[in-house]
This record gives sequence, structure tokens and C-alpha cells, in this order.
Amino acid sequence: MRDTPAIRVSIQAEDFDVSAELSELRKNSNSVGGIASFVGVMRDANEGDAVLSMTLEHYPGMTESSIRKIIEDACRRWPIHALTVIHRVGELRPGEQIVLVAVAAAHRGEAFSACEFVMDYLKTRAPFWKKEKLGDSERWVEARKSDEDAAKRW
Amino acid sequence: MIRVLFFARIREQLGTDRVDVSAEHAGSSIAELRDSLIAAHGAAWAEPLMQGNVITALNQEVVALDALVSDGDELAFFPPVTGG
Repeated sequence: MRDTPAIRVSIQAEDFDVSAELSELRKNSNSVGGIASFVGVMRDANEGDAVLSMTLEHYPGMTESSIRKIIEDACRRWPIHALTVIHRVGELRPGEQIVLVAVAAAHRGEAFSACEFVMDYLKTRAPFWKKEKLGDSERWVEARKSDEDAAKRW
Repeated sequence: MIRVLFFARIREQLGTDRVDVSAEHAGSSIAELRDSLIAAHGAAWAEPLMQGNVITALNQEVVALDALVSDGDELAFFPPVTGG
């Protein structure tokens, strides 16, 4: 079992390869018994309206540090071998990948829990903002109470 | 000099993503600095900055409005986050 978890955080415009990222999490360890992951994907509708594209703005510097803090929190709560968060920024279209959270641990319980925890905290604490382009207008996505409620569970 | 950043809807409503304020504001609270920005830039700056759900970050950490600013600090105003 490693002493300090291997953490990877990337904020990037480019798409990511989930398979490659999960393979990376298995490297250099035979004590990893499970990898849990979540991929956020852009939908083509929100609040009953068709969405043509979405632009993700972020706060360079603070976005990375806030995600690292969330990951450090997860590593204090659960025994984690490695954890990767990739979040895209810029313009995305429906069907495109937005975010990856992947956790490698000895057992599935902590891997699943840490993955869900990191997503719930990322959605309520990491400085990103989404703007949607609809057919005839643009609007900023509003924060959801359900996301705040999810984060409060932990 | 204190760098003040604005993001998302606030950035759009103010028409700028950044203002630099002089070090004479050092020692003020964020609320006081915000009020002087509104005084300097006019009523159009009041509504975006005074909304109850505005989040303030000082040197990239979320803080309350009573936090004090120092020369060289970076201050940011932004709406509730919507990433993920």
C-alpha cells in the first residue's frame, strides 16, 4: 500500500481518454483491488429547452487548487491509492465528455464512496460556470439545490 | 495594488473581468472595498455585486465579506458554481 496517494488533476480544453486514464491508475501497484469512475457528459436539453452548446468558464489557479483540496479531503476520509480528476473547459457540444473522476483503492467500498464524494464536492465548490447556447438565446446555468443537498450528505 | 477579478454573470453585467485598485484600500474589508467600487463605477455595479449569493474569494480561498484585504492580494467575485 502506497504512503501518499497519486493525485492527477487536469483542467483542459481537450477531450480525454477514459480507458487510458483508468489504465494509468492500475500502474505500479498490485494492491489496487478496484477502480471506481464517473464520466460527466453534456446533455442536449436542460430545463425543458434544447441546448446547442455549452461554454465552461473557470478561475485559473483556484479551480485546480480547490479540486486538490477536495481530493485531499477524500484521501483523509478513505484509504485511496490514486485519484484522477480531469475537467474540460471551453465550448462543448451535446454528447461530449465534460469531467472524469476516477479512484483506485484496495477495495470497492472506498473507491465508490470517494468517487461520489469528489463529484458532489466538485459540483458545489470548484469554480466553474456553465453558459448554455439555446436556439435563440444564451443563459447561465443556475446552481441546483439538489447538488448542495448531495454535498451535505458527506 | 489589489487585483479584483469578476467571473461569469458578474463579469458580463459589469462589462469587465478585472479592475486593479490602489493599495490605499489595504486594511479595508471586502464589503468596504466592494462599496467603494460601486461608488467609483456607478449604480450599474451595485446589483451584480450586492446579490445575496455572490461568493468572494481572497487569494483563491473563499472568505466572508468581513475579511480584510492587504496590498498584493487577489480578490474575486463570482456566482454560485456550476461545474461538473
